[in-house]
Amino acid sequence: MPTIAEKILAKKSGKRRVEPGEIIEAEVDYVMVNDVTGLPAFEVFEEFNTKPLKEKIVLIPDHYVPNKDIASAEQAKAMREFARKYKIPNYFEIGTSGICHQIMIERGFVAPGRLIVGADSHSCTYGALGALGTGVGSTEAATVFAIGKLWFKVPETQKFTIEGKLNRYVMGKDIILHIISDIGVSGSLYKVMEFYGSTIEELSLSDRITISNMAVEAGAKAGIIPPDEKVFRYLNGRVKGDYEAIYSDEDANYSEEFEYDAEEIIPVVAEPFLPSNVKPASEVDVKIDQAYLGSCTNGRIEDLRIAAKILKGKKVHRDVRMIVVPASKEVFEEALREGLIEIFLDANAYVSGPTCGACLGGYMGVLARDEVCVSSTNRNFIGRMGHKDSRVYLASPAVVAASAITGRITDPNEL
Amino acid sequence: MENKIRGRVWRFPDNVDTDQIIPAEYLTTSKPEELAKHVFEKVRPEFAKNVQNGDIIVAGKNFGCGSSREHAPRALLGIGISAVIAESFARIFFRNSINIGLPVIECKIDVEEGDMLEIDFANGRIRDLRTVKEFKFKRMAPFLLELINSGGLVPYVKNKLKCR
Ligand code: SF4
Repeated sequence: MPTIAEKILAKKSGKRRVEPGEIIEAEVDYVMVNDVTGLPAFEVFEEFNTKPLKEKIVLIPDHYVPNKDIASAEQAKAMREFARKYKIPNYFEIGTSGICHQIMIERGFVAPGRLIVGADSHSCTYGALGALGTGVGSTEAATVFAIGKLWFKVPETQKFTIEGKLNRYVMGKDIILHIISDIGVSGSLYKVMEFYGSTIEELSLSDRITISNMAVEAGAKAGIIPPDEKVFRYLNGRVKGDYEAIYSDEDANYSEEFEYDAEEIIPVVAEPFLPSNVKPASEVDVKIDQAYLGSCTNGRIEDLRIAAKILKGKKVHRDVRMIVVPASKEVFEEALREGLIEIFLDANAYVSGPTCGACLGGYMGVLARDEVCVSSTNRNFIGRMGHKDSRVYLASPAVVAASAITGRITDPNEL
Repeated sequence: MENKIRGRVWRFPDNVDTDQIIPAEYLTTSKPEELAKHVFEKVRPEFAKNVQNGDIIVAGKNFGCGSSREHAPRALLGIGISAVIAESFARIFFRNSINIGLPVIECKIDVEEGDMLEIDFANGRIRDLRTVKEFKFKRMAPFLLELINSGGLVPYVKNKLKCR
């Protein structure tokens, strides 16, 4: 019996049923490109000599905007000009916008049952709302601009069940790092992860987004969570168009099944240089130079709230730079309203408008040689945030905030 | 794509990510020749200097993991790599490579840096000309083979648009 991904791919390819391994061509609901992957897509698209399917296209500059240098300014300009030339309605200029995946969700492009591709590997984020979201390349994005369809190999699906009540200060980030440390960075290669269990049901949508966001860090094509009332409520008044929630059958065919006990999950960090190098935060004694709170993984209001709760009335350690980057304008505004920004400023954190920036070693917080950063982002590869001899420890917003105060990697329960 | 190619081996380990292949700071261009200058700059600075046209990358598991940047296979094409052989590939890298016409072969082979390989695509065989060892690989699905043979996704889409 089919899984969520199989059902979505069957529906979008006009078939009654598809099997893992089969190659199909499916109708894509939305295709997103950012300022880095956009330009090559536009160049390829021009070769097709056709009109774009405007309503399907979403253009979000976020990696190097506000422009970092002249080359990135040219890239952002190319996106703006493409939007103008073809009158693409869904172009999001800075000042209205934010990090691409957050905007895709906030602006109602992502909804249950949809097939969405993005020329960005973290497009798997959309699985948190029951969509099949997956990353593609720029040439593929251009293909969807032109014909609205793309080839897919139907993936196998793995089932992950997490049961029980979470410990204090354990977040979605700790859950997904716990899973990746168990299955490894290629543990879900070519596969779809589906998440179940009482722990997942209890989680906020924001924490679920963190989990789906990092599915690609296990090699997965997507990380899907069956949509529930929390998702429907969030989409109410936000979603574009209609949608239909799709669920796996009771006896769906999973290639593997994994079970975890929530009580065994604790605040962790992933040490350099792989997201699977997971250690309890309390056992890692490392001095930090920078603490980064932001990104599509953990730059939402729920993330800022927990960090602010920990930082309230305290100061960032004098040897540490703390950088806070809300993932979107909406998050920024809400953080202002709730007084969170004031708490960060009082603590001597640096707060900026939304951008990918330092998450990918772009700008606004690049690391020097031998520097260490504890970061709420999703990748700790060699040189990811700067110099090849710098080191990134991935962690939840709670661990990032606690570490910023002590100047060392810290489990917030120890404060 | 030629049916048979020959090239020298460059060995790489497991989990080579796209940040290693082409660091993010060079993503302000998408031209293969420009990107080629910085291939593996942080992890193997000698690579870009010494690589020869037609050379082959042989790697472990999960090659090309990380970001979706098509810049990674483009940079490898730009510097003259003729094929990548790995135990397994990250899926976006695999798709991107096929879509732009860079042959990627999933196969575990036991060869050394500098060996000369001959890849026979039609018969799914790789031969090490130094050790005379032979390795077999599973041929690609017909649709994907057709895609690579026709030069990638661009000609495929052009054809579809014509048929409308
Ligand atoms: S915040 Fe980081 S991981 Fe997310 S889209 Fe931007 S660069 Fe990629």
